[in-house]
Amino acid sequence: MNCRTVITGIGVVAPNGIGTEPYWRATREGKSGIRRISRFDPAGYATRLAGEVEGFEPLDYVSKQLIVQTDRWTWMALAATAMALKDAAFDPSTHDPYKMSVITASSSGGNEFGQKEIQNLWGKGPLFVGAYQSIAWFYAATTGQISIKYGIKGPNGVIVTEGAGGLDALQHSRRTIRRGVDVVVSGGTEGPIGPYALVCQMQNGLLSTREDPVAAYRPFDAAANGYIPGEGGAILLVERLEYAQKRATPQIYGEIAGYGTTQDGYHHAKPAPDGRQFARAMSLALADAGIGPEDVDVIFADAAGTPERDQLEVKAIKDVFGSHATQVSVTAPKTMVGRLYAGGACLDVATALLAMRDGVIPPTLNLDRPANGCDLNFVSGKAQAKEINTVLVNARGFGGFNSALVLRKCPP
Amino acid sequence: MRRTAVTGVGVVAPGGTTRDKFWEMITAGRTATRKITFFDPAGFRSQIAAECDFDPRVSLDVQETRRMDRYVQFAVTAAVEAMTDSALDLDQVDRERMGVSLGSAVGGTKYLEDEYVVASNQGKKWLVDPDFASPFLYQALIPSSLASEVALKFACHGPAMVHSTGCTSGIDAIGYGHQLIQDGEADVVIAGAAESGISPISMACFDPIKATSRRNDDPSHASRPFDRDRDGFVMGEGGAIVILEEMQAALRRGASIYCEVAGFANRGNAFHMTGLRPDGVEMAEAIEDAMQQGGVRPEDIGYINAHGSGTKQNDRHETAAFKRSLGEHAYRVPISSIKSMVGHSLGGIGAIEMACCALVIKHGVIPPTANWENSDPECDLDYTPKVARNKRVDVVLSTGSGFGGFQSAMIFARAKP
Repeated sequence: MNCRTVITGIGVVAPNGIGTEPYWRATREGKSGIRRISRFDPAGYATRLAGEVEGFEPLDYVSKQLIVQTDRWTWMALAATAMALKDAAFDPSTHDPYKMSVITASSSGGNEFGQKEIQNLWGKGPLFVGAYQSIAWFYAATTGQISIKYGIKGPNGVIVTEGAGGLDALQHSRRTIRRGVDVVVSGGTEGPIGPYALVCQMQNGLLSTREDPVAAYRPFDAAANGYIPGEGGAILLVERLEYAQKRATPQIYGEIAGYGTTQDGYHHAKPAPDGRQFARAMSLALADAGIGPEDVDVIFADAAGTPERDQLEVKAIKDVFGSHATQVSVTAPKTMVGRLYAGGACLDVATALLAMRDGVIPPTLNLDRPANGCDLNFVSGKAQAKEINTVLVNARGFGGFNSALVLRKCPP
Repeated sequence: MRRTAVTGVGVVAPGGTTRDKFWEMITAGRTATRKITFFDPAGFRSQIAAECDFDPRVSLDVQETRRMDRYVQFAVTAAVEAMTDSALDLDQVDRERMGVSLGSAVGGTKYLEDEYVVASNQGKKWLVDPDFASPFLYQALIPSSLASEVALKFACHGPAMVHSTGCTSGIDAIGYGHQLIQDGEADVVIAGAAESGISPISMACFDPIKATSRRNDDPSHASRPFDRDRDGFVMGEGGAIVILEEMQAALRRGASIYCEVAGFANRGNAFHMTGLRPDGVEMAEAIEDAMQQGGVRPEDIGYINAHGSGTKQNDRHETAAFKRSLGEHAYRVPISSIKSMVGHSLGGIGAIEMACCALVIKHGVIPPTANWENSDPECDLDYTPKVARNKRVDVVLSTGSGFGGFQSAMIFARAKP
């Protein structure tokens, strides 16, 4: 049962960079990918900003035939998968198909595709609904397409826990590796920037309505006023440590050393005001990794961006970290891309692994004047050089999901 | 290794929205498939479905009823029934060790579609009007609401998640709930699935690929798994919940135990999003893995609850998988598909079928495949036609298969003390 799980490949499609190194360069430099929505005219909506992936050309990664059968969210995942496999120098066709899995997170499925087909149905009639609606829109489309493209036949999965999904998919990959699989294509992407999907998101009351990207998504800042949604995410190649060593992977970015997850079970939309379960997710992750708070070098915060939820995260961190809470570095590079839902937490994991590799903590943008009580050791404005051995990544999902993951540098 | 007991069962299914009514109906061989009443299906290729005559107010308050999508209402209602059935004293249960593992394939599609029609003025406006959006639209967009609501209902603070693996969501969610207990991540898990996909867009999306039955003039005989004249599945809706408990804890509290989860495995066919190769290799792999986990030999299996969707390719594929994994025993073991009676509720049905399996072990009755009349040369096993059989069954195999290539198998066995 005791088997170690590592990450050996990273693929990123993010609003501030396509491809791992372009993304990482932009993120170190604090370059934001949040701007006015260009894919449709957002003038009629209260939220007009988003983290759109500009210049993403699906044909670079996905065949024409497959493009018409899939939604943008799946294109981005297929692109990130190709990058992650290449990065890890792993060719699935050379491996036992039953010893590989695909486990992705999804939160809202194929939004643009779905809206188009519902439009066809109601605007024109049932005969105008295309043959691919049944396979493009549903949440399992991405996992299914990746498994088909690469001949992956092990236990495949799709986890839905909104913003916590990326971490939960990685833990599910660990469970699957414990049961005998060698390699898992994991992570997730999201494509929530469409007119109807945006209207749906606006109903949760948590989105910023500012029009200036600098003013909009400002977690932990005194002027925090909500979040900005973004698209994209990251796909990671997760491997059993012994297998990665055996095949001498180009690199081992880090080990998934610990994980914890809890549910508030408190309210259908609001987080529990005591932050107790959020704190417990972090404690469980640390215990699973067999470490104490003082071993953590940096926390990648969930950074909800609303005053109430930011305060809760600070409180939960203080409850777990005690006197170390004001020492440990805390950052939220997602301020450059927005909240990516199922794609967000795995992008944070990718960023944390790159931060560990290069000894650089990427900054939190727009954190100019911390809100009252938000007195943690935030890395804001500029990246900070620091040797990093252990990272805690936090992620919450709307509706009371709390997850935390510990990443640890693998000894060479 | 930690073992998992099934100690409670709750069901909301077409034709019977409680566990007992469901069981009475399927063992009587009655079908709940009918002409669609939720909307006017004129113009659709398939116009039939198994609908639930469901009153959410039986177990939900006004606010819950208002904010929850129909599939969430099914799950919460079934969860209340299952929890009562388990006789768990919630005051004694450590809620931090109580998890939620639920499945749904299409989540809030119905609510999303209903609201879209309003906000887009019947599909006329691409830039939909936010002024017409319902306050609970975000919950409909994200199927994680299913786990949120069930966790909230019972104040669960353990691991909670939704598994959305298409038509195997239900069986997978229970399997993954079992893994949470095996791995010590939880001691009690509310596991199951729900679906309410009988909406114009869901019906319309299966029309062009001819996956659903066109026997519109004879709805009650339309779902014909393994029968020669089958012509596709009949859409259904509903959900089921099982209460999973760590075996030693269940025994200590003197719980009434339906059965234990003896094995769960799943595979991808990596072949086609909707197509199946006739050899059933990947499903057979899943079955063999599940058998191995439980130390089950083919001849131990007393009943197979088949996926049996009633499409030409599924029934052939599945029959081949049974032969491949069970050898000669495939010809001797009674098999049935309850989709012949309750339809195919996509992500929900796997949980309804696992609920059925627990009841088969408890009551010693095998529900039939309704509407089975003529044998197909490629489907030549014992599908328990039309009439239920009395038989003591100790080990049950259930299978699931779905879009995306997902193939799953689960084995429930009478718990040995």
